[in-house]
Amino acid sequence: MLDKTALTEMMRRMLRIRHFEEAVINLVERGEIVGAAHSYIGEEAVAVGACMALRDDDWMTGNHRSHGHPIAKGGNVRTAMAELLGKRTGICKGKGGSMHLADFSIGILGESGILGSSIPVAVGAALGSRLQGNDRVAVCFFGDGASNEGAFHESINLAAIWKLPVIFLCENNQYAVTSSFKEMVASDNISDRAAAYSIPGVLVDGQDALAMHEAVTQAVARARSGQGPTLVEGRTYRYYDHSLGLGRIVRDSYRDDDELEQWRQRDPLDIHRAHLIEQNIATPEELDALEAQVKAEIEEAVTFARESPYPDPSEVWEDMFADPIPLE
Amino acid sequence: MAVKSVIEAVREAIREEMRRDPTVFVMGEDVGARGGVFLATQGLMEEFGEDRIIDTPLAEASIVGIALGAAFRGQRPLPEIQFSDFVWPSVNQLIGEAARSCYGTNGAVQVPMTVRIPYGGGIRGGLFHSQNVETHFFHTPGLKVVTPSTPYDAKGLLKSAIRDNNPVVFLEHKKTYRLVRGEVPDGEYTLPLGVADIKRPGNTLTIVSYGLTLHYCLEAAQEVAPEGIDAEVIDLRTLTPLDRETILTSVRKTGKLLIAHEDNVTGGIGAEIAALVADQAFEYLDGPIARVCGPDVPTMPFAQTLEDAYIPDPTKIATALRRLAAY
Repeated sequence: MLDKTALTEMMRRMLRIRHFEEAVINLVERGEIVGAAHSYIGEEAVAVGACMALRDDDWMTGNHRSHGHPIAKGGNVRTAMAELLGKRTGICKGKGGSMHLADFSIGILGESGILGSSIPVAVGAALGSRLQGNDRVAVCFFGDGASNEGAFHESINLAAIWKLPVIFLCENNQYAVTSSFKEMVASDNISDRAAAYSIPGVLVDGQDALAMHEAVTQAVARARSGQGPTLVEGRTYRYYDHSLGLGRIVRDSYRDDDELEQWRQRDPLDIHRAHLIEQNIATPEELDALEAQVKAEIEEAVTFARESPYPDPSEVWEDMFADPIPLE
Repeated sequence: MAVKSVIEAVREAIREEMRRDPTVFVMGEDVGARGGVFLATQGLMEEFGEDRIIDTPLAEASIVGIALGAAFRGQRPLPEIQFSDFVWPSVNQLIGEAARSCYGTNGAVQVPMTVRIPYGGGIRGGLFHSQNVETHFFHTPGLKVVTPSTPYDAKGLLKSAIRDNNPVVFLEHKKTYRLVRGEVPDGEYTLPLGVADIKRPGNTLTIVSYGLTLHYCLEAAQEVAPEGIDAEVIDLRTLTPLDRETILTSVRKTGKLLIAHEDNVTGGIGAEIAALVADQAFEYLDGPIARVCGPDVPTMPFAQTLEDAYIPDPTKIATALRRLAAY
């Protein structure tokens, strides 16, 4: 059972993601964040429920929609925000941007805008744990769309035959840009695919952080004790378009407002807040104070990012090889 | 004549070729109701139906592989890779299979397939949405590689690519899609693959480029013109087949050559052209062959200062032109 501290921390991290992402929307609209930014709003319970089941030294990989993952793992919001603004103080010194908040200090092995390509990387980290004789597990976050890539199927089969300590965590937000998973995936549930690889497959309510936490806790226990991988599908929903501003080019009609509204009725932050109040873990006043604290933290992160310098143009050449070779 | 954008010209070419030939079909990610993320196929599903504008799962290897199989069996597929950065899973099908099909079967099999790929940077796309991929395909015999820079060229070349009986990699620079506008004839026309176009005649030196960078070369040429530097700007339009004669004829006239492209410098298109000119027009050269290209770093970085440092822009090209002219 999670204690009061952990349950409150769960709330804090979900609030952090929500307010971080709302700040990002504002910065995109003001033209301060340029390029593509993919919002995680609506999916907070998946990453937070999962990451709260991990140890600090466990590994994880993300994808293009990965602002939430480092925050859920306890990452620093200031350096994440600075990266989104392409600043020198960003996690990747401004080289990566929105799709590359690769914070190795909290076990993130990289995020990639190329779908499916970070799934085998997580399996490799799990193989590393086996070879080094430690019990660190790896979680890879990917979406319903990436689950149709060859890399997913190759990786899950390899992890299954080698019984590696990896958790395949599919965040099924139901749409790959505009394509519904119901039309693109042959099975009813992505978790059903686990049967083909003789590993457990679990379908979870991705709006409920506690349900996610419970499912991933079991998967982690199984992985850590050498029994192999689990496929966890968190069924969730993204409130915004695939990437912020994409809907401005043309109004997408791939989903209707009723569907969005139904999912908003089951907002992951509301669900967790109600749980904390019902179980007398926190009062509404305490939770409001927590939210105010998080808001201030995010505002400070935006200020930090804005005031940070851009990288020097000469840095375009930096960090290309482990042992730098002379350039002209 | 009407003024159109590059993306409108691309869409028009697809529509006309699909009307003309019922074996032409499109497949790719979000190409159907949405019309593709760049709207190249907007409105086409309504006209041609779901059997000819096919939405696929995210599965690039299969998109190209399935298109290849359909091409073997009498279809004329026009698969789309959503961003060039996503092409890599399909490279086995393109380089490992499609490029070798005709050669490996002694001509028994033809591959009338055109793979459309939006590519290139300068849009703050960062590590995963900015890539130049042309050199990999340029290096591969058996593939044709097309890189239009204007709406007129994009339409005429895409129509020819679709009608071609060989695998064509058709690269559309994303930044030109809405930025570059130009006149496109109302009637039917095609442009042959393998013929470069002199976009600006001149006598002092020769500039060779393609895609977005071609426009930066024209800007740079305009900038240095009042200084008495009269640059001839050649748009390659297709990388394979490469129009060697147009390049050599120009260099024999001007005696100086600058090559500019966004792809990184080492082993790039410019290296091949430099070797060609050194080999076949050596005695005409009055200066070193200059290149203004992307730096040799793995991909385009995100931060604006770093992306600007990467891009071969008009200022960098003009600087190189002045240096070469003064040689």
